[in-house]
Amino acid sequence: MIRQRLDLPLAEDSTGRFLVWIMAVMIYLAIVALAGSMVLAGMAGRWESGLTGRLTVQISPLPDQSVPPLAQRTEVTLALLRSTPGVVHAEPVGAAAAHKLLEPWLGTALLDDLPLPALIDVEVGPGAGLDAPALAERLAGAVPGARLDNHAAWLADLRILAHTAQLVALAVVVLVGGAAVASVVFAVRTGLAIHSPVVELLHIMGATDAYVARQFQTHVAGLALRGGMVGLGLAAVTLFALRLAAGDTPVGLMPDMTLGLREWLALVTVPLVATALAVITARWTVLRVLTRMP
Amino acid sequence: MIRFEEIGLRYGSGPEVLRDVNLTLEPGSFHFLTGASGAGKSSLLRLMYLGLRPSRGLITVFGHDVAGLKRADFPALRRQIGVVFQNFRLLDHLSALDNVALPLRMAGVGEAEIREHVVELLHWVGLGDALDAKPPTLSGGQQQRVAIARSVIARPRLLLADEPTGNVDDSIGMRLLYLFEELNKLGTTVVIATHNEGLIARFVHPRLHLERGTLSVLPAGTPMVPQPSAQAPVLPAGLATSQSLTGSWLT
Repeated sequence: MIRQRLDLPLAEDSTGRFLVWIMAVMIYLAIVALAGSMVLAGMAGRWESGLTGRLTVQISPLPDQSVPPLAQRTEVTLALLRSTPGVVHAEPVGAAAAHKLLEPWLGTALLDDLPLPALIDVEVGPGAGLDAPALAERLAGAVPGARLDNHAAWLADLRILAHTAQLVALAVVVLVGGAAVASVVFAVRTGLAIHSPVVELLHIMGATDAYVARQFQTHVAGLALRGGMVGLGLAAVTLFALRLAAGDTPVGLMPDMTLGLREWLALVTVPLVATALAVITARWTVLRVLTRMP
Repeated sequence: MIRFEEIGLRYGSGPEVLRDVNLTLEPGSFHFLTGASGAGKSSLLRLMYLGLRPSRGLITVFGHDVAGLKRADFPALRRQIGVVFQNFRLLDHLSALDNVALPLRMAGVGEAEIREHVVELLHWVGLGDALDAKPPTLSGGQQQRVAIARSVIARPRLLLADEPTGNVDDSIGMRLLYLFEELNKLGTTVVIATHNEGLIARFVHPRLHLERGTLSVLPAGTPMVPQPSAQAPVLPAGLATSQSLTGSWLT
């Protein structure tokens, strides 16, 4: 039977094995970097959507005896909030819920002895045009120890963190992609040098440069895809291991490592994109080198 | 078909290996190419199959001035030229069948048609039982037949063969030359470089003779008179006076 084979004996080159492992490592790094970026982006998104339209009022316990007790000040604050236009809902956070929030950081032993502030969760109506600084000023004047937190500064920090992490991930992907391209260029140029007599023979028989390039494209596609599958497999194992490890830690200390179906599908395309990049690089390299030949 | 006008060829800054070569190969012609080793036969063939550009002069192939061709124009011309190399230049990792199929694959012929033609031709050259054999497992003569089959499979307009019968016995050599003759009768222009005066004498074809880079065209049937050496070789003094060499090696 006639089998579809490469006219150039590229499969016998040691550069092939080298390229498989280079591509595997590159794709592993790219997938892990992208997955990290996705996790951070998801985490920032969840926090942001959870906090948009919400305010928190914190009333601190004060040692000053002239100040009304915390419970009384909480009632005054609630009344003030509920009478403020634009506030849809204002509800104190119960002691149990507050304890649960602080448990991961402080443990259970200390919490009962600590004077904890009262917290009021405020929901603002969409498009209500609530003037948060004015409300903060009114609260501070009316209730000693009351402080309004609209999470703006915290959300801004979170956005910067998420965007920075995404930029770093993108930089890693670009660097990894550049290194992969350089590896393919090196492997192809080496292949051309090793097999120059065969390339010359093919030319004498009437092969076009594109025909020779296709030999390298087919070869490199096979190597890149194999490397890509290895890299994807290793990255999947790493991400599952991280997810398992994160599963036992208290909520809030570690980001949620869960990736959605869309994210997984995006990660699975990384080896395919890398293979396409390798094939384009191989073609470009071969055509560029051959054009310089007499 | 092929026209050489005042062709000169030198490699790098070395001396000219071909000098003032003027030559016209008419379509359907058959020539033997003769000359001593180093006379420039292989260089002349390389110029013909567009494997080299001349240092000077004008080459016209299939009506195209080679000097005016772009790189992208060469493949189409080269596909019309079949070449049998002296050292075969088969691809060792491919079977005999795949080696012979190469020119057809480059021309984009379908696999079914390729198989049909290649198998038929390999049977014809006596290699029907070696279709899947790799060249390293074949004898020199078998490899040569694979190389010849590869050169003719695409029915080239011009067939160039460098010592195509050098590794086969006379009966197979005759059979291969008859194959070239049959192709020639079908319109293929043939040039065969050979030292085999016995085979040349059995065919009535003109001869292109190279002598120190200079080409002369001799009509069919012209016998070759061995050229006397300009000077008898002189052994280095050290060798000539060595008793052991004169006693054993030189005898």
